[in-house]
Amino acid sequence: MRSTVPLLVKLLAIAGFGILYIPVMMMMIYSFNRGKLVSVWAGFSTKWYKELWYDDVLLTALYKSLLIGFSSATISTIFGLLIAIAFVRFAHFRGRLFLSLVASAPLVMPEAVTGLSMLLLFIAMEASFGWPSGRGVDTIMIAHATFGMCFAAVVIQTRLRDMDKSLEEAARDLGGRQPFVFLSIILPLILPSIIAAWLLSFTLSFDDLVIASFVSGPGSSTLPIVIFSKIRLGVSPEINAIATLMILTISALVMIGSFLVLRRDGKK
Amino acid sequence: MHSFLQKFGRLLVIWLPLGWLGIFFMLPLVEMVNVSLSEARRAVPPYNPAFQIGKDGISFQPAVDNYLLIYEYWEDYLWPAVNSVRLAFFSTLYCLLFAYPMAWWIARSNKSLQHILLVLILMPFWTSSLLRMYALIGLLNPNGVINDFLIWAGITVTPIQMMQTDFSIYSGMILTYLPLMILPLYASLVRLDNSVLEAAADLGAKNWDIFRTIILPLSMPGVIAGCLLVFIPAVGEFVIPALLGGPEQLMLGKVIWTEFFRNRDWPVAAAIAIILIAIIILPIVYARYQDKESIS
Repeated sequence: MRSTVPLLVKLLAIAGFGILYIPVMMMMIYSFNRGKLVSVWAGFSTKWYKELWYDDVLLTALYKSLLIGFSSATISTIFGLLIAIAFVRFAHFRGRLFLSLVASAPLVMPEAVTGLSMLLLFIAMEASFGWPSGRGVDTIMIAHATFGMCFAAVVIQTRLRDMDKSLEEAARDLGGRQPFVFLSIILPLILPSIIAAWLLSFTLSFDDLVIASFVSGPGSSTLPIVIFSKIRLGVSPEINAIATLMILTISALVMIGSFLVLRRDGKK
Repeated sequence: MHSFLQKFGRLLVIWLPLGWLGIFFMLPLVEMVNVSLSEARRAVPPYNPAFQIGKDGISFQPAVDNYLLIYEYWEDYLWPAVNSVRLAFFSTLYCLLFAYPMAWWIARSNKSLQHILLVLILMPFWTSSLLRMYALIGLLNPNGVINDFLIWAGITVTPIQMMQTDFSIYSGMILTYLPLMILPLYASLVRLDNSVLEAAADLGAKNWDIFRTIILPLSMPGVIAGCLLVFIPAVGEFVIPALLGGPEQLMLGKVIWTEFFRNRDWPVAAAIAIILIAIIILPIVYARYQDKESIS
């Protein structure tokens, strides 16, 4: 029986988990440091969290990031669902090869290339027919929705493919029309994957720095852009605090998402 | 009427996303190729489009000047390209070194521990790489946590330079891309049939031999998938070298940014972006080819 894992493997694995978690944990601890010096512990304090509430630049950027995240994630999920249905349910259709190309290429495209190419298109479009006038929240939203829908499609596709078809067939045999079958049978069955897809698109948008930097305009800095420019000035307890809040929020969302997926897997 | 609606719905399902991705993903790439073949000029926009629809009809006058320029000043552009590939290659290697034991451990543990460990792997993957790089800076800085500890423990007197070195970049790359390597490895290791391993052990094979002749070959698809998943985004990585690397750590992503925003040379930036795409397509095509080989 070889169920035991060699000691060396275990040590390396623990080191790997250490690499993943120690930096973030240290940062979280030091976000409660009273002193301004980052590495000298001067006692426990939550003053840096209070200070965040008075930082207008950060709060405006947070609002923009949330706005972009919510709208782009919603577009991504709807279009991702359509892509998933097209691939799983329609065996042959004109443009299938093209759709599979443009729905998977954004997954591997470097962010700098995606950002640059979109910026060039937006500039060319503005020059030809005046839209979009300048770059701002709307262009970032479009860019995020575009790569988000490809990730959403992958998540929903997996669930749609594994779905138990007998319930749907039964509903159809009993005379259910297509829209009814979709809304009352298929949608509830794949709902966890739709929520997971939305959460994934939202976090991708909320965390994106590179693409947003390319397609943002003056006055439309998102939270990562503001944080990036702050980081270049040096480590500060205030960034520790905002970073801690962001990581805890996203982690909570991931926990909910993976719980939804795992619970369904457990039921099967 | 009913079947008309159904047909219309079907067309909508296909053509809405197809239209969106065509306009906002494919068209930008076409426009980028167009700009890369255009002549640079001092005006707004700073290029003379190769493909134009104007008063005197459609004209297409491609100029390969930008690619020739890159070729002429190859030292300035080749070095970042080589550097990108070098950093991506070693990052992939180091990720594999840590990911393999982790994936193995997860695959061999019981179901409930497996779930916890998988969530632990996924969580950092979802949180912002920017913030995790920032956390790493807090550790590696000359007055960071690690140096403070080393000085306190009397191991060193002056802070060790860890930031802006290869060490800091590779730490950042591992921190960012480790989950992408672990997941496919785990997927291939968890499918490994225990009875095969038991049979080998019963027949007297040593641990190392079992690993070399059974586990490693059977997990090869996972290794290849993981390496692709890490290597591809690592080549175009932008944030990690910008934050953790020194000024001499030029990578292609950064060069695109500099050419576009600082030098305002849009055609050259577009041309470099296309070269970057070519670098990424090569390993994908190679993997596909390998796949076909192993099937036939």
